[in-house]
Amino acid sequence: MRGPPFQQDDFSVSVLPQGQQDYAVLAILVRSYGHSSSQEERPLRIGALQEVYPGEQRVALTPDSARQLEKLGHACFVVAGAGAAAGISDDAYRAAGVTVVPDAAALFSEVDVVVKVRPPAEGEVKLFRKGQTLISFIYPAQSSELLEELKERGVTTIAMDMVPRISRAQKMDALSSMANIAGYRAVIEAGNNFGRFFTGQVTAAGKIPPAKVLVVGAGVAGLAAIGTSVSLGAITYAFDVRPEVAEQIESMGAEFVFLEFEEAQDGAATGGYAAPSSPEFREKQLAKFRELAPDMDIVITTALIPGRPAPVLWTKDMVEAMKPGSVIVDLAAERGGNCELTRADERVVTDNGVVIIGYTDFPSRMASQASMLYANNVRHFLSDLTPSKDGVIVHNMEDDVIRGATVTHDGAITFPPPPPKVQAIASVKKQEKPKELTPEERRAQEAEAFRKATGTQVGLLAIGTVLILLVGAYAPPSFMSHFVVFMLACFVGFQVIWNVSHSLHTPLMAVTNAVSGIIILGAVAQIGSSSWIVAILGAISVLIATINIVGGFLVTRRMLAMFQKS
Amino acid sequence: MHNLEQMFAHIGDPGIVIAAYIAAAVLFILCLGGLSGQESAKRAVWYGIAGMALAVCAAIFTPGVGHHWLIVLMLIAGSVLGYLVAARVQMTEMPQLVAALHSFVGLAAVFIGFSTHIELARLGHAIGDPAALLGLEPHELSAFAVKLLAKSPAEIAILKVETFLGVFIGAVTFTGSVIAFGKLAGKVDGKAKKLPGGHALNAGAAIISLILLIVYLNTGSFWALFLMTLLAFFIGYHLIMGIGGADMPVVVSMLNSYSGWAAAAIGFSLGNDLLIVTGALVGSSGAILSYIMCKAMNRSFISVILGGFGNTTGPAMEIEGEQIAIDAEGVAAALNEASSIIIVPGYGMAVAQAQGAVSELTRKLRARGKEVRFAIHPVAGRLPGHMNVLLAEAKVPYDIVLEMDEINDDFPDTDVVIVIGSNDIVNPAAQEDPNSPIAGMPVLEVWKARHVFVSKRGKGTGYSGIENPLFYKENTRMFYGDAKDSINALLPMIE
Repeated sequence: MRGPPFQQDDFSVSVLPQGQQDYAVLAILVRSYGHSSSQEERPLRIGALQEVYPGEQRVALTPDSARQLEKLGHACFVVAGAGAAAGISDDAYRAAGVTVVPDAAALFSEVDVVVKVRPPAEGEVKLFRKGQTLISFIYPAQSSELLEELKERGVTTIAMDMVPRISRAQKMDALSSMANIAGYRAVIEAGNNFGRFFTGQVTAAGKIPPAKVLVVGAGVAGLAAIGTSVSLGAITYAFDVRPEVAEQIESMGAEFVFLEFEEAQDGAATGGYAAPSSPEFREKQLAKFRELAPDMDIVITTALIPGRPAPVLWTKDMVEAMKPGSVIVDLAAERGGNCELTRADERVVTDNGVVIIGYTDFPSRMASQASMLYANNVRHFLSDLTPSKDGVIVHNMEDDVIRGATVTHDGAITFPPPPPKVQAIASVKKQEKPKELTPEERRAQEAEAFRKATGTQVGLLAIGTVLILLVGAYAPPSFMSHFVVFMLACFVGFQVIWNVSHSLHTPLMAVTNAVSGIIILGAVAQIGSSSWIVAILGAISVLIATINIVGGFLVTRRMLAMFQKS
Repeated sequence: MHNLEQMFAHIGDPGIVIAAYIAAAVLFILCLGGLSGQESAKRAVWYGIAGMALAVCAAIFTPGVGHHWLIVLMLIAGSVLGYLVAARVQMTEMPQLVAALHSFVGLAAVFIGFSTHIELARLGHAIGDPAALLGLEPHELSAFAVKLLAKSPAEIAILKVETFLGVFIGAVTFTGSVIAFGKLAGKVDGKAKKLPGGHALNAGAAIISLILLIVYLNTGSFWALFLMTLLAFFIGYHLIMGIGGADMPVVVSMLNSYSGWAAAAIGFSLGNDLLIVTGALVGSSGAILSYIMCKAMNRSFISVILGGFGNTTGPAMEIEGEQIAIDAEGVAAALNEASSIIIVPGYGMAVAQAQGAVSELTRKLRARGKEVRFAIHPVAGRLPGHMNVLLAEAKVPYDIVLEMDEINDDFPDTDVVIVIGSNDIVNPAAQEDPNSPIAGMPVLEVWKARHVFVSKRGKGTGYSGIENPLFYKENTRMFYGDAKDSINALLPMIE
């Protein structure tokens, strides 16, 4: 971690390098803050701390998000040097109108809302005053002491990791935005340690096989990893306990590792996250992984269950079964790891030459963009907290998103939240898998279908025959001979027309139009009558039938001549 | 007795004429069968022309046919008119033309039926009465009259039924086609309209026609025939008035079928096998086309004929989101980046006469190595295969114009879909919303592509008045404006 560029006590020297003006601004701000509790027009003051967690390079406020917040009527503060690790200088903050304060203590005394990335450290918690709001990752399920302390201090705490997964809250879903980065970075780190090609190549000097990548857990991180891996050219497989994500996996270009199991779980009921699975299911899953392990060059595990330690999915024997030089990237390392041999924040090389990466700071390794996304998530949350844009926090505990993310409020711990009123994902109807039929069953089914078709056909024929016999019994033979012709022509017509290409339906209509001008024959036969009415009717009929014939054929020819092959 | 012998010598057509008819029938079957492929179709149409020429010549030179000068005059006049019509018609006007030609067949069937009645009334007294027969001058009798005279009373009764049926179908076809023509040409309002009483009126008219048939059989009164004709005219008018614009493909194919059945019924009454064969061919062709169209809309033939869409079973699904507009630059940028593009044309393309611009766009995109294909829904446009003809006219090669079933699986792998003037055939509600009036209709799954651009005149709903959730999807952008102008605006930006 790069240290802050100045000491805590050199306030007057380093914080205000631009001199007098800044003193003046700060003085005004400080003064106005002195009486501010009674003043209504005072903007909401939001400040970002410098992250103190070792290796953490992200920052919760960027100049861009600050500009947006200022548009909403808020004032922004940042501890000097907070953005340095993410490539944001204090000057860049100043240019965006952010007030830079020398240290955490100064910030705490200035602001109403403290934003940060990692859960506050011991020393930071002590600086909170009553009524302040903290927005940060909290992991409330694992940090009850922290919650207790924040509650004691009367702090309203918003856990960015508790934002419910509903579509309205997507813009504040920091877990997703960070997971996306982690997934991408996991593949890059894997590639860095893999030392071979991802994509297969056939060169004059020899053939290079493509790498095989297995992604376990197709959440946001998993899908991002799949996308990255596929675009690098690796053959990518993915596994997830939720069968409904199979489609997403396949849409990213990976192959879904299908596990035959009766009670597949429905992710929709658990807010789109995976739930713990039954021991039988786990066994089956591990057996599948054991089968895959020797083939895989890179394994990226991203399986997390909310509020629990990470499930162990990649056991020691699987690691031992892998080829030397293979890489495992365990994105769940912070929560114990999906791989048995993972050590958090470390790169382990096993005896058989498999590299296991247990870094927990993937988003932080891309600090600039991670900060940008996180700051935007925070900004969106703040704009939801101040709906009337007047600098007043309306902590609406009826709102699903706000309620879900709030873990301490009004001197009470409000975790865990009640289930949200809106379901995360419309529940997907369980798709019946077509049952694999045995050959005998299939044969029986086919025979049954055949019998049925024969039955209907014979039935129809019988009815038809009876009807024709009835007609034949009463109609004179001359009629019957025409009737035979008619029936045969209908049959021929049906057989012939089914073969007509769909694209030629319009020419078909035009040509049948021309052909139906054959009615001219009737007119010609009648026209010789001595009755003048018949002669006139016949003449008109000949005329219009001729128009039909000539027009129909010509227009068909015109159309057909237009159809050209490329 | 000499007269009689001379007369009955040609009761049946001479062998040579029948041979010509057989040849013509075979040629017609080959003609229709040849339409299975674009290349063989070009040959097949000549079979049809040859068959028709053979049949007409044979008919004219059949002994007993008189007034040759009149026939030739009419043939020449009809040929000139037919040529003018065929040479001048725009490809976008094909639906109107086809409907108009159907009405001619219907009208001819009505006239021929009437003539049959008149001849029957004139000669009726002589049938089965040798004494009366002798009083007739052979040269006054047409070929048809001679056939009439040879019939037995039972055959005359059947003839009356056949004539009645031929006139009925012909009359329905005539007014139906005229209204269809009016609707397609925009001369009659395209919306579905019904008189108060609705289908009861049609059913009533049909029942009265049936009663009139019995009256006609017993009395042979012209008035029964004439009244029935008026009722049939009404049925044709009212039936088609009640059917809206987008159902026109079904209507036109149905009328096509009717014109065939009318010809077949006339063939029965004239005892002409070629007429029967050809009528049956045309009738079954139209019936199959109607079936295909109905299947493409997932609606039963009856429900199309009865007009209107089926009742919805519940409120339509709420649509979230908004329609996001895009300008030509945005569309052009996406097209320049895309490698696979599918264009989905609809009736709107025909209305805007945009097929030329679309073809030019296709040419430019293909010249840049992009895969461009067309997806045609069976009921796109106002005529079966309407879009294929328009695209062919604009010189779009037919091998990149694909049917729904051929291309529907390819949408997920497609970068850009451009929807031009179609709405219901790309409506995802058909699959997603069981309450939608078009639920279950097979649709082109354009929303699975990466980007969808919808070229549309304005924000209105489609023919069926159903909101289209496609327009609100995240990957959909609305490209408002006249289709032709919009596509032309794109052309210079494709690089």
